[in-house]
Amino acid sequence: MVTQQPEFFYRGPSPVVRLLFFSVLALAIMVADARFHALDMARAAVATVTYPLQQAALAPGDILGRIGDFFVTQNKLQRENTELKQTVLKRSEELQRLSLTESELASLRKLLGARETIRERSTLAEILHSGRNPFRRKVIVDKGIKDDVQLGQAAISADGVLGQVTAVFPFTSEVTLLTDKNQAVPVMLRRNGLRAVIFGNGRDGTLDLPFIPLNADVQNGDILVTSGIDGTYPAGLSVAKVTNIERNAIHAFAKITCTPLAGIDRDRHVLVLTNLTAAAKPQIEPELVKPSAGKSAKPSAARVKP
Amino acid sequence: MSIIGTPKDVLHDPPSVRYVLITIIISFLLYLLPADGALVFLRVDLPLLVILFWCIHQPNYVGFAIGFVVGLLVDVTDGNILGQHAIAYMLAIFLALVIRLRILKFKLWQQALHILALLLISQMLVAVTHLFLPSAFPGWAYFIASFIGALLWPVITFALEYPQLLAARARND
Repeated sequence: MVTQQPEFFYRGPSPVVRLLFFSVLALAIMVADARFHALDMARAAVATVTYPLQQAALAPGDILGRIGDFFVTQNKLQRENTELKQTVLKRSEELQRLSLTESELASLRKLLGARETIRERSTLAEILHSGRNPFRRKVIVDKGIKDDVQLGQAAISADGVLGQVTAVFPFTSEVTLLTDKNQAVPVMLRRNGLRAVIFGNGRDGTLDLPFIPLNADVQNGDILVTSGIDGTYPAGLSVAKVTNIERNAIHAFAKITCTPLAGIDRDRHVLVLTNLTAAAKPQIEPELVKPSAGKSAKPSAARVKP
Repeated sequence: MSIIGTPKDVLHDPPSVRYVLITIIISFLLYLLPADGALVFLRVDLPLLVILFWCIHQPNYVGFAIGFVVGLLVDVTDGNILGQHAIAYMLAIFLALVIRLRILKFKLWQQALHILALLLISQMLVAVTHLFLPSAFPGWAYFIASFIGALLWPVITFALEYPQLLAARARND
């Protein structure tokens, strides 16, 4: 196709030149986005512009769902109602015990002179769609900057921790689930307080608990709760259940597999904890925080105030 | 590349730029439709298919620049690193421009085989860029979308050419 004679019609740069130009541009954008998070503003702007389109695309399914909801049978409603009443009873019992413990804790804290914990406020958000990206485990929820959702906040469901807000747009935000590859949550064993960090491995329904010594006291069925030491997740939220332990002497660590407790692909609603306890945040001076901290560390570090 | 189109192109007037842009926007809208669970694997890259169609049929209208912008939009909606789809689209568009004059001589199902190769190459590039980042490979089912996309090629060709044929027919009557 390359000829020596001059072209009769000038058609601009050749396809090879254009390919090179745009490929280099795309590579530069990828580096700027992945390494330096320089394009978060542009991303938010584009997400805002495409938001009406997004809503329009979701509308048909939504309307079908609503029509389906309208024709729910009386029987099903009654059953659901009984179940809900039972849960409320159970929860209220737990709540009463909790308020007792909390008042006890408050008085003890006062004795110790510790600063009082501020109660978390939370926003109920609905999952719009599940990311649509087979490589990542993310969901898009319908609350964004306008509802006070901030980067790095924890998202929980009725049964436990769901994930963390990793991108906020004006009307929506993106929650990276626990099961996303390398998504880390500091946890501890509820039974004995053993601390660890749990990692997603990118597959649905399993989490890894690495770097646990072979002789550590971990049993099948143990519940892992957040330890709260990262300042992102408040302490004591259920995260996962240990389902498989492989202790092989040729490895330094046990291979422990866990199942997340929150219905990662079932739930429709999530609770975004919009106001973290001041006491739960690590007390780091802002100038000590390096901007090049990891992705999950960055949001909490950015909001730390002495 | 010759400026004279294939006989097929001469049959009707070239489409208006507005028509071309509207088809690309509609394909992007269809791409925004929700897809949960296993449906993700059936999600054809419709914007790329439509862009490839116009690159092959009207290379003066649609090329790298539009492909680049649409690629970035797709990246934002999928929550990817910006540029992953853009770079994949660039390679597919380049290959489409290279094979464009030859592909128009083939029957539709033979064209679909060429398109399959282009879609697979673009998906592979997206997968490769993903695997440089901490992402898990979702399994070979990921590539099913390319095969479905290739099967859709005759449908796309018909859908995009039919309004033009109608217009041409209305003018001749």
